[in-house]
This record gives sequence, C-alpha cells and structure tokens, in this order.
Amino acid sequence: MSLLGFCQWLGSTEGSIALHESIWAYPIIESLHVLTLCVFLGLTVMLDLRLLGVTMVRTPASEVAGRLLPWTIAGFAVMVTTGALLFYAIPVKTYLNIFFRIKVALLVLAGVNAAVFQLTIWRSMDQWDVDPVPPLRARLAAGVSLVLWAGIVVAGRMIAYNWFDKSS
Amino acid sequence: MSVLSFFTWCEYTPLGEAIRNSRWLFPAIESIHLLGLAVIGGAVLVVNLRVLGLGIERQPAAQLWRDIRPWLMGSLTAMLISGVLLFTSEATKLYYHEAFWVKMISLLLATLFTFTVLRRVALADPGRVRPVWGRAAAVTSILLWSTVGVCGRWIGFS
Repeated sequence: MSLLGFCQWLGSTEGSIALHESIWAYPIIESLHVLTLCVFLGLTVMLDLRLLGVTMVRTPASEVAGRLLPWTIAGFAVMVTTGALLFYAIPVKTYLNIFFRIKVALLVLAGVNAAVFQLTIWRSMDQWDVDPVPPLRARLAAGVSLVLWAGIVVAGRMIAYNWFDKSS
Repeated sequence: MSVLSFFTWCEYTPLGEAIRNSRWLFPAIESIHLLGLAVIGGAVLVVNLRVLGLGIERQPAAQLWRDIRPWLMGSLTAMLISGVLLFTSEATKLYYHEAFWVKMISLLLATLFTFTVLRRVALADPGRVRPVWGRAAAVTSILLWSTVGVCGRWIGFS
C-alpha cells in the first residue's frame, strides 16, 4: 500500500471521521499542540541559548539540561500525541500539503542534529560544563537546532494554508 | 473618539490595509508571533520553575532572574510589535471578540505581576520570602501567562 493509500484508509476510519467532524475535540487538541510549544520548544530554546553561551552562563550546561529535561520530555510527549491526532483527523489533505512535508523533513533533521550532539559533543561535556561559552561544536549544534525548530514552527503554521495543495 | 472608532481607524490605516490585503504578510507576522511565544514561554517557565523548586537549582533565583530578564523583555517586545501588526489588520473583528479583551486584560496583569511581584520574589534574599508565597507567586504567574496564550489561540476560532 502506498503512503497515500494508507492516508486514504486512515481518513476513512471511524475515529478519524469523528475527530474531523468534532466541534470541540479538534480545536482543543490543536490549541494544546500550539500552547505546549511554550513548554517543549521554550525550554529547548533556553537550553540552546545556554549552549550558545548567551544566557545562564554561570549555570553549568548539565544543570540547565538535566533540570529542564523532564519538562522538555513531558512537553515533547504532548506535542507528538496531539500532532499525531491532528494528522489522524485530516490525513490525506495533510499528507499532500507541502508545508507538512517540509515540517516532517525538518523534524527528521532536528532529530539527527540532537542525536549527533548527544553521541559526540555531550560525551565530553564534563570538560566544558562550567564554561560560560561552550566549545564551537556545541554552539554549532545549538544554532542548527534553533534554526531547524524555527523552520518547524513556521512550516507547522503554514499547514493551515493550502496555497500549494495538489488535488488528491 | 470611541474605542470602536479608534479600532476601525486602525484597521483602515495603510499598515492595516497592507497586512489584510497581502496573502503572505499575516501568516508571516503570525509565525514571528509564534516564535516569540516559544521564547517567552521558555523564559517565563525557567524563572517560575526555579521559584517553585522544580527547575534549575544550582543557581540563586536572583541570578537566574537577571540572566533571563533580557530574553523575557526581548520576546515580550517581539510579541507586542507582531501582535500590534496582527491587530491592525483585523481590529474591528477583535473589538467584538471576547477572547481578545480577556487576553489584553490578562496580558496587562501578567506583565505587571511578573515585573513587580515575581521579580521581588526572585530577587529577595533566600529565606526572606516564605516558600509558600514564592510558590503562590509562581503559580499565579504561570496561570496569568497561560490565560494570555489560551485566549490568543481562541481569537483564531471565530
């Protein structure tokens, strides 16, 4: 089955139709998705800014990362769950939307960036943990993260606009 | 001049007209408003989690407040500028939207509260403020800012 075929099947399921036609559920899930941005992305931005050496420079990087991580993970869980539900409610149109595709691609890149950071630079964190300005590679990862997430937010907002929609 | 006629005047300024008649200006400004939301949310949370004892610990709240303040004020400024631009493009509609007024009132309260009460709690010498009052201030701040956010989202549903 093609991806489009899968989306068409998903959109024909009872749950998808119910969510799509709901008066309250859809806007509430969408609002949760937007507002949890403050928690998940807000705290990610704060960590990235620390890694860039532009805020909380007297706080060890590991303290910022460690103490904010539980909240960031909780926010991420809400983002993923509500995001999946939003897709589930309107699968075909979303799948065909160019901004959705850009968003998914940027999400993958942000994931790769975070994984590379985690597996390389973060390993040597104890050497620069208390440095006000972390090494270039850490700053680079933080900068890339900020740019990618900004792109994800903008692409996400643009999904609502169907300027370039192909007909399904 | 009544409030309504002022709003209508805003809507028909060249700026309001330009944003309303452009296909991409409104979404572009809205995106900036959303990016500001992430930063202001993070800044507010970092300070409040510290005061609640649920966030960064190895840093006095006073120091953290001073570190975060420029980001808080910077993001608030970006929110206000982008918010005013969005407002001019649909001011009359907003006049009749309850969520808009609730948002403006809670924005005023949240800003005042953050830069008076919360600021004093954060800057107070450790032990000067009873923990329960500190926590109450942080919870109040989070609730006020959340109301601003929820009402902002609600303006979009009309």
